[in-house]
Amino acid sequence: MATTTGVLQRPTSTTGLWGWITTVDHKKIGALYGVTAFIFFLIGGVEATVMRLQLHRPEFDLVSPEVFSQLFTMHALTMIFLAVMPLSAAFFNLVVPLMIGARDVAFPRLNAFSYWVFLFGAILLQSGWLLGGSPNAGWFAYAPLTGPGANPGNGMEFYLLGLAVLGVSSVAAALNFIVTIINMRAPGMTLMRMPVFIWMTLVTSFLLITAFPVITVGLIELYFDREFGMNFFNVNAGADVVLWQHLFWVFGHPEVYILILPAMGIVSEVLPTFSRKPLFGYPIIVLSGITIGFMGWAVWSHHMFTVGLGPVANSVFAITTMAIAIPTGIKIFNWIGTMWGGSIRLSTSMLYAVGFIFVFIVGGLSGVMHSIAPSDAQQQDTYFIVAHIHYVLFGGSIFAVFSGIYYWFPKATGKLLNEGIGKLNFWVTFIGFNVAFFPMHFLGMDGMPRRQPTYESNMGWDLWNMVATGGTLIIVLGVLIFLHNFFWSLRKGERAGADPWDGRTLEWSIASPPPEYNFATIPTVHGRDAFWDQKYANGHAVPQGASDDEEHEDDEGHGIHMPSPSYWPLVAAVGLAVAGYGMVFHEPGQVAGAIVAIVGAAITMVGVYAWAMEPASEPSEH
Amino acid sequence: MEHGPEHETTTGIDHRKMLIWVFLGSECMFFGSLIATYLIYYGESVSGPTPADVLDIPTTTVSTFVLLMSSFSMVMAYSNIRKGNVRNFRVWIMCTAILGATFLGFQFFEFREFAIHGHLTPRTNLFGSTFFTLTGFHGAHVTVGVVWLISLFGYSFKGDLTPQEGLSVDIAALYWHFVDIVWIVIFTAVYLIGVFGK
Amino acid sequence: MTSKHRSVVLFTSLVTILGVVLLSGCQFTSPGHPQSTFDPHGPVAERQMELFWIIFWAALFVMIVVGGGLLYTVFRFRRKPGEDRMPEQTHGNARLEIAWTIAPTIVLAVVAVPTVLTQFYVSNTPEGDVLQVNVTAHQWWWEIEYPDSGVKTANEFHVPVGVPVEVNMTSSDVLHSFWIPKLAGKLDVIPGKNLTMWFQGDNPGEYYGQCAEFCGEAHAWMRFRVTVDTKEDYEAWTQAQLADAVTPGDDYDDILPKAGLNVFRTSGCILCHSISGVVELPDRAELNKAYIASEGYRISKGPNLTHLASRSTMAAGIRELNAENLREWLEDPDKVKPGNYMARDAQVYYDPDQALTDTEITELVAYLLSLK
Repeated sequence: MATTTGVLQRPTSTTGLWGWITTVDHKKIGALYGVTAFIFFLIGGVEATVMRLQLHRPEFDLVSPEVFSQLFTMHALTMIFLAVMPLSAAFFNLVVPLMIGARDVAFPRLNAFSYWVFLFGAILLQSGWLLGGSPNAGWFAYAPLTGPGANPGNGMEFYLLGLAVLGVSSVAAALNFIVTIINMRAPGMTLMRMPVFIWMTLVTSFLLITAFPVITVGLIELYFDREFGMNFFNVNAGADVVLWQHLFWVFGHPEVYILILPAMGIVSEVLPTFSRKPLFGYPIIVLSGITIGFMGWAVWSHHMFTVGLGPVANSVFAITTMAIAIPTGIKIFNWIGTMWGGSIRLSTSMLYAVGFIFVFIVGGLSGVMHSIAPSDAQQQDTYFIVAHIHYVLFGGSIFAVFSGIYYWFPKATGKLLNEGIGKLNFWVTFIGFNVAFFPMHFLGMDGMPRRQPTYESNMGWDLWNMVATGGTLIIVLGVLIFLHNFFWSLRKGERAGADPWDGRTLEWSIASPPPEYNFATIPTVHGRDAFWDQKYANGHAVPQGASDDEEHEDDEGHGIHMPSPSYWPLVAAVGLAVAGYGMVFHEPGQVAGAIVAIVGAAITMVGVYAWAMEPASEPSEH
Repeated sequence: MEHGPEHETTTGIDHRKMLIWVFLGSECMFFGSLIATYLIYYGESVSGPTPADVLDIPTTTVSTFVLLMSSFSMVMAYSNIRKGNVRNFRVWIMCTAILGATFLGFQFFEFREFAIHGHLTPRTNLFGSTFFTLTGFHGAHVTVGVVWLISLFGYSFKGDLTPQEGLSVDIAALYWHFVDIVWIVIFTAVYLIGVFGK
Repeated sequence: MTSKHRSVVLFTSLVTILGVVLLSGCQFTSPGHPQSTFDPHGPVAERQMELFWIIFWAALFVMIVVGGGLLYTVFRFRRKPGEDRMPEQTHGNARLEIAWTIAPTIVLAVVAVPTVLTQFYVSNTPEGDVLQVNVTAHQWWWEIEYPDSGVKTANEFHVPVGVPVEVNMTSSDVLHSFWIPKLAGKLDVIPGKNLTMWFQGDNPGEYYGQCAEFCGEAHAWMRFRVTVDTKEDYEAWTQAQLADAVTPGDDYDDILPKAGLNVFRTSGCILCHSISGVVELPDRAELNKAYIASEGYRISKGPNLTHLASRSTMAAGIRELNAENLREWLEDPDKVKPGNYMARDAQVYYDPDQALTDTEITELVAYLLSLK
């Protein structure tokens, strides 16, 4: 094989460590995303557990207030940016091409780049723990507490650069998936035949590319204030510090839907499969997903009801926020409609999906309570809000992620996760979750503010804090059970076959795990549940296993030209990481940081150039 | 510049062209937020200099004109590569890059002038912070564009730029026009309103 | 037991558990819950709580109907062992879908009305006789000033019963949020802005307040107290606060306080704390110019101590004010309230050579407690 760049021999190996490092295969990248994100999920869990231990009884002294501030800041950042978002990205990578009948994403190397940038951004964000202190002013980082005067040190720089680098990754991935979904569908798969998971991926991707630039501008402004003495959030120069809050929440609220829409997509795939029924009201579910995406832009100020924007603004944002409950409610009704009359198999995946809906109703309703601006003045910044966000983000997003893991693990690995351990995993997690977070509603209404490292026993908060900590430990047990199941099933799990769940969408029509090229022949789609229609055409069941054509796979696939592995995405990502560290450690008046940043930028440029000059796939030798 | 095995797409639009369109949508939000910050802080500085004190409309009108002309030459470059006239393409693409670089030169001297004679730096006041950040990021985008154009110019000597592959030029052109349009907005919002508004 | 029975039993027990939990969560009106929002003592908090209950019952109703519907569906249609049924492949039902689009819309439209009405009620201070109080938030304490009477105090203030109080707030450093759970929901305190909220105490008593917006290391210890007084008590309090501080004389009892005042004057306390009639604050701008030059940071203002001993708490409402707590505070402020600026800024704490001796602390405590 000839190399056109001549700098480095193009990697050819698709196995071993180098195979993973240079891979451009969406399934492998999905696995990398999944494993990396799950490790960060565990780190975020450790951060949470330490906080709950600190709060398990009044005036306990496990960590200092400063460390506690770093813990709650990093817990939120870790769970949002390093766990839930990349876990969604793992599903996008693994499932989207398979569901739309494509052999890969539109830009395989950009996809690898997204992953590496995510990994380095995540390391950058977390490395504050080892390099002099993590950010300590909340994931919302309100100015001026995050400004140069009130927050010296490098902690905030890890936040600013970490999020900026992660933003590059998210936007790159989102661009990729938008093009993939719009442009690479199998023949016959019109927009209104796309599985709902694909729709939600598309809406999420659009939210990502539009929301991230807004926070990026905020990050740049705050960075300039801190490093170059600019005035964006300098009150003495006439600045309005509430501007940061607007920039943050204009991004932050769409971000909430970035976290939940993929979860809704997963559930919308799992429910029909295990109910043996098509999704009830497909068009209106799609439409409400799109509506949520749009309305997510019109509600950001409900995070700012106590900022004093005035009764008119508060009333308007209260009403827009209530209105968003309508499309959300519609989804829930239609999910129940999907199950109604079905033949429901309560697999672990299905249990998590049903658990998701149940818990999401609670979280959705407490969300509506927050939309009532005047009474939100009592709930804002209390544990009531902590309860709410965990009901929608843990009970919501994470339950759906687990549902997706149990659902697609067999497709990715060829092995089934153990159902017995799985059900134990679900029930322990579900119970632990409710024990941990339901009492926080009480704590909030009893006046316990969030983000305080301790409390005194005369406040009446002892009991429910103890209960909440107990629940947290049950969740920890649940996660450990999952880990056991994961490793046990990887080694000893039952072979899955191509279609273990009697699935409805195209990914179940090919072998598990799928061959590198996914589809030997690109399928033609005639309806919404493409694979289901193939199996049960005219209402007659095709005998089980007829589509299970694993034995033929070895003969097929010759001559299918797949993208070749590449070093350059990794090189470009490394450059960004180097530049990021240079900017973190930049000190006013010193050039060392700037030099490192420029070196990093140069590495990225070399990577991008070599990437652009390198053909997507080497000419085949055949 | 061959690009992957997938030539047929669902919409008939090339992947890369769709990518650049969506990317520019993202860029709109980026510049939109920067411009919004500038406008929110317009007139809020507690000390001078104000936009009317330092902005130089005649000079900037010239540099704006230069940038607009570069869009015209970009169109010429694209139409030539589509016709297969690589020689003329090289002339026009180089012309575009030079015009872009000229614009950057104007900006460099404008910044220098502000810092030395106008006593305006990014640290001076809100106007300074918002002005230099907004126009600076626009300048950075122009710089990337100039490098891109020169790369295309160089690439044309490898013989890979064929009429069918006019796409590479098309994509660069989209980016270039976008950067120009953003400048029109900045010129209006910052320069015209700053000097003639209020 | 048939599956139907089992689902009924399960649902009933779920509702029971929920009910028990809710009831046990509702005992928030007892005195042991000083920041309970379910125990309002003024019209603002009351209206906010009433609104909460409206939406709560509506939400509970929805929860029971939808959550119950969900569980019922799952139990009724779950696959029995050996079942191989192919359900009818229904794709939707237009009427049903329209119905459950309209139903929540109506519920929300109904809820929106009291929401907007209450929002305007709590945002607009009533006309007529209103007491003005200016609040300036600092990391991590509250500066209080009554513009009409001229009273200046910190962290604790008194208001007359039944009179609307308008609080005009700003911050000297970062964001804070002013919150008295039993009297009114919170409003953020923002540097560079003046925001106004109002509340009214309907029953005499002492109420807890707390900063609710994360404001740095000692955020949890930035509290305050509001005392709702009868008209007479309030007048008496105002008069007492307006008086200059007592200066220790030459009596036998005054020996310790007098020595304490001397310590107060000579140990740097006066750079941040004023005591009217005794010491006034030096010019902050000049002082900070010097501090930035030598230490690299500005030193912040501390609470006015003129009538410290008339307060029931110290260090921003975190401890009862008594000799023992004061002593502990003066020995090591950082231990009592981690991160506070007195520990950072005062030479007696950062310079071991200058540290207060045991005797000096005793004298200071005696002096501070004499400031009735």
